[in-house]
Amino acid sequence: MKKTNVTNTNIGRRSFLQVTALAGGGLMLGLYPKIAVAQGPPQAALNPTDFIRIAPNGIVTLTSRNTEIGQNIYNTLAMLIAEELDVDWKDVRLVRPDAHPKYGNQFTGGSSGTPGNWDAMRQVGAAGRQMFIAAAAQTWGVAVAECTTASGRVMHTASNRSASYGELAAKAVTMPVPELRSVKLKDAKDYKIIGTSTISADTKDILTGKPIFGIDVTVPGMLYAVMQRTPVLGGKAVSANLDAIKAMKGVKHAFIIEGRPLASDYPNYLFQDPGFESGVAIVADSWWAAQSAREKLEVKWDAGKWGTQDSAENAKKAVELSKQAAMRTLRKDGDVDPVFSRASVPNDGIKTVEANYTIPFIAHGTMEPQNCTAHFKDGKLEVWSTSQIPQPGRTATAQLLGLKESDVTVHMVRGGGGFGRRAYNDIMLDAAWISKQINAPVKLLWSREDDMQHDYYRCGGFQFMKGAVDKDGKLVAWHDHFVAYGEGNNFAHDGGFQPGEFPARFVPNYRVQSSVMGLGLKTGALRAPYSNSTAWVIQSFLDELAHAAGKDPLQFRLDLLAGTPLPLGQREQGLNAERMTGVLKLVAEKSGWGQRKLPKGKAQGVAFHFSHRGYFAEVAEVTVLANKKIKVNKVWVAADVGSHIINPSSAETQVQGAVIDGLSEMMQEITLKNGAVVQSNYHQHPWLKMSQAPPIEVHFLKTNNPPTGMGEPALPPILPAVCNAIFTATGERIRTLPITKQGFSFA
Amino acid sequence: MIKLKVNGNNQQFDGDPEMPLLWYLRDEIDLKGTKFGCGMGLCGACTVHINGQPMRSCSTPMSAAANKAVTTIEGLSADGTHPVQVVWQELDVPQCGYCQAGQIMSACALLAKTPKPTDAQIDSAMNGNLCRCGTYLRIRAAIHKAAEMTASNKAAKPATKASRVGASLLPNKK
Repeated sequence: MKKTNVTNTNIGRRSFLQVTALAGGGLMLGLYPKIAVAQGPPQAALNPTDFIRIAPNGIVTLTSRNTEIGQNIYNTLAMLIAEELDVDWKDVRLVRPDAHPKYGNQFTGGSSGTPGNWDAMRQVGAAGRQMFIAAAAQTWGVAVAECTTASGRVMHTASNRSASYGELAAKAVTMPVPELRSVKLKDAKDYKIIGTSTISADTKDILTGKPIFGIDVTVPGMLYAVMQRTPVLGGKAVSANLDAIKAMKGVKHAFIIEGRPLASDYPNYLFQDPGFESGVAIVADSWWAAQSAREKLEVKWDAGKWGTQDSAENAKKAVELSKQAAMRTLRKDGDVDPVFSRASVPNDGIKTVEANYTIPFIAHGTMEPQNCTAHFKDGKLEVWSTSQIPQPGRTATAQLLGLKESDVTVHMVRGGGGFGRRAYNDIMLDAAWISKQINAPVKLLWSREDDMQHDYYRCGGFQFMKGAVDKDGKLVAWHDHFVAYGEGNNFAHDGGFQPGEFPARFVPNYRVQSSVMGLGLKTGALRAPYSNSTAWVIQSFLDELAHAAGKDPLQFRLDLLAGTPLPLGQREQGLNAERMTGVLKLVAEKSGWGQRKLPKGKAQGVAFHFSHRGYFAEVAEVTVLANKKIKVNKVWVAADVGSHIINPSSAETQVQGAVIDGLSEMMQEITLKNGAVVQSNYHQHPWLKMSQAPPIEVHFLKTNNPPTGMGEPALPPILPAVCNAIFTATGERIRTLPITKQGFSFA
Repeated sequence: MIKLKVNGNNQQFDGDPEMPLLWYLRDEIDLKGTKFGCGMGLCGACTVHINGQPMRSCSTPMSAAANKAVTTIEGLSADGTHPVQVVWQELDVPQCGYCQAGQIMSACALLAKTPKPTDAQIDSAMNGNLCRCGTYLRIRAAIHKAAEMTASNKAAKPATKASRVGASLLPNKK
C-alpha cells in the first residue's frame, strides 16, 4: 500500500519577525460569558510575532487563529491583520496555527469570530506596523511621527527615503512591542482590504482536490480505525466476538473501550465533558478493511437506564406536563391570567389564541464525517483535528491520557462543515485513546451512520402558547409553557430558553414558564443554537396573533417594536428595537411587501430574529401546489451586522447558505426508539437539493455598531417566514416540524 | 487482478474486488480529492467520471471499474485551469468546500454532454449532489458562466480532439 503523502499542517518556525520579550498588558476578549468561562483563566497577551512573518521578498505570512469550517474566517482574520499592518492583500499568505494559548481565544462558534477578533486582530496588525515604523525611524534617525506606510513599505517623505518591511524585519524584531490597546487604528475611510471580497486562501486547493481536510490527513505508518459506539447513551459494551474480528483480513486490533461514566445525565458537554463513551474499536491496515470487519461484529451491550426511551412516549409525557402547573417561571411581566379571562366577557374585545408547537431533534450532518488522526509516541501525543474548540480538546485529551498538556500537540485542519458539531471533542478523545492502546498512528473515521447516530443533536421541545390581542388589535398578553428536556433547574445543553427573548419587554403581560423531563441523548449547539427553534415558534405564533388581530403581519411587528421596552433581567439578552425596525422596513421595501396582489396559493410571509448580535428580517414568497407541495419562489433578507461587511462575497454566501440550511431543517427529524437514534443517513434526514433552492436576495443595512458574525443569525427567521407564507396561502398553520407531519413537502 | 486507468495512468489492483472505488482512490493511490460523504450514493461528494459518465465512487465496487477509464478532480487539469475550476474560483463558490469536487465532476459531465444547459437541465444533473453549506446559487451561476466561457473559447478557435473526459472543456493551448 502506497503511503506517500505526509500532510504537514505544522507551521515552520522560520520566523522572520521575532522578539524575545513582550512588553504590554493583557488582552482580554470579551465574548459570551460562557466562552470566557470555557477558556479558563484570562488569556495571555497576544504577541504580533506569533501572527506575522515577513519574508525578504515582501511575502507576508499571517496566522489565522480560528478553525475554518466554511465560514471563511480563515481569510477574515488575516484581512484584519493585513489591513492594519498596511500590506497588499496580493502579498499575503495564510497559515494555520496549532492549538495553543499563545494565540488567545481560538474558539470557533457562536458567530464570535468577527466580534471577537475585530479589535484584537486589527490591533495585532497595527502593533506590527508600528514596529516596522520604529525600526525605520531608528535606522534613518528621524521621528516616528514623520514616517508613513503603504503596501508593506515605510516611507519618510521629507528625506525621500523608503524601505520594505522585508528589509526592515531584522531590525523590527528588536523594537519594543507596543501595548496592543494603545495602538492607533486606521480611519475606516482608509480601508483597502476590509470591505473587499477576497477568495479563501484554500479555494484553489479545494478546486484541485488537494488533501486539506481532516479526513485527508495521512501520517507514515498510519492505521485506520472504526468504532462501534454504544447505540444508547450511557450504554456499555459488555463483550464482543473480538477473536473472530481480529482474524479477518487486514484487521490488526479489536478491543472494547470501556469509556467513562458521564459526569451527570445533563453535563455541559460543550467545553467541559466531550464524552468518552463505551464501544468497540477495530483497527486495520485500511479503512475499508476495518469497516468491512465491522459487518461481522457482534457486541453484547448493556443498554443502561435509557434503553427503553422512545420519542412517541416523550411527546405524550410533554402533553401531560403541559396540563400541570409549570415547574419554573423564567420571566413574568404584568399578569396574563386576568387578560385571558376577559375573553369570555361580552364586548370586551379581547381575543385569545392557543397553539402548541413541537420542535424535533435534528442532526448536524456535516458533509465531512467526524474524524481525527492521532499519533501517540514515547509519551507524547500529536493530533490532527478539525475541532472548533481545539484548546479545550487539547486539555481534555491530555487529561484522558494522563499526559502533560505540553506533551499534546493539536494541529488545526480545515473541516468540511462544522455547524457546531465540531465544538465537541469526543472524536479527538476516541482517536487519542485508540492510538495510545495500539501505540501507532491512527486515523479514526466515522461512517455517515456513526455520524448521524452519535451526534450532539439540536434539542427538541414543546411549546404550549397562549396569547391575547385587544379590540384595537394590540398584543396585550403572551404566555408560553415550554416543556423541555432537562433535570431540575437545568435544561439539556442548548435546549433551553432565553427569557429576554422577544416579544418579552414589548408585551405588558408576559409569562414564560418551563417544565422539564428526562433525556438520554446528547444535545448541543447547532447553527444558531436555541434560536433556530425558538424563532420558529415565536415568529409563527406572533403571526397567528397578527391574523387574529386583523392586522398586516409586518405592520403588527412594527407596531410592537415601536413600544417602550420593559427592562431586561439579569443575564438576559434582548434586541434593540430600533435596529430591528430598520431591517424590517428594509425587507418590506425590497420584497415589495403588500405591494403586489398575489394569486391564490401564492403568498409572502415575514419573520425576524435577533441572535448572535445580528439583526435579520426575512420575507419568503411561496407557492403551494397540489398535494401540499411547496415551492419557495424567492427569499429577501435584510441584515444589520454593524458598520462593516468585512468580506462582502463571503457575507452574502453565508446568508444564502443559512437560509438554505434553515429550509432543510424544515424537513428533518431525529427520533429515538429503544433508546437509539432511528435515522441513519441522508435519505432519512434530508437536505435541500439544488432544484429546491430559491433565489435569495441579501441586503445589508450598515449601522454605527461594531461588526458582528455572519455564520448563524441569518438562519432562524427563514423557517417562520416560510410557515407564515404557507398560512397566508393555504390557511393552514404549521405547528409541528418537520413539515411532512402535516403533509407538506418541498416541490 | 483488476486493471484500470486513473487520470490517464495505468493502474493495477489485486485486493478485494468488492471494495468501493472511492477507497481505492483515496487510500490506495492517494488521490484524496474525491470525498467520502454517505457511502450510499446519496450525496454525490464522491462523484468521479467512469468512461465519461458521472458515477458515485462510494458505491461502485472495484470490479465495476475494471478496464475502465476513471477521471477524478485531480485529473481535470494539472493546475486548476479547467474552465469549471476557473469560474468556481472567480465566483467564490465553495464554503466548506467538501462537496465541491463532486459538484465539479457532475458539472463537467453535464457540460460535456450539454454545452449550454438550461436551469432545468442543471437541476436534473446536479440534484444528486448535496451541498450542506448551500452554495447552490453560485454553483448554478458558475455552470452558466463556464458554458459561456467554453462557447466563446470554441468560437475563437476550433476545439482540439478530446483526449479524456472533460477535455473538451479545457482551454485550447498553443
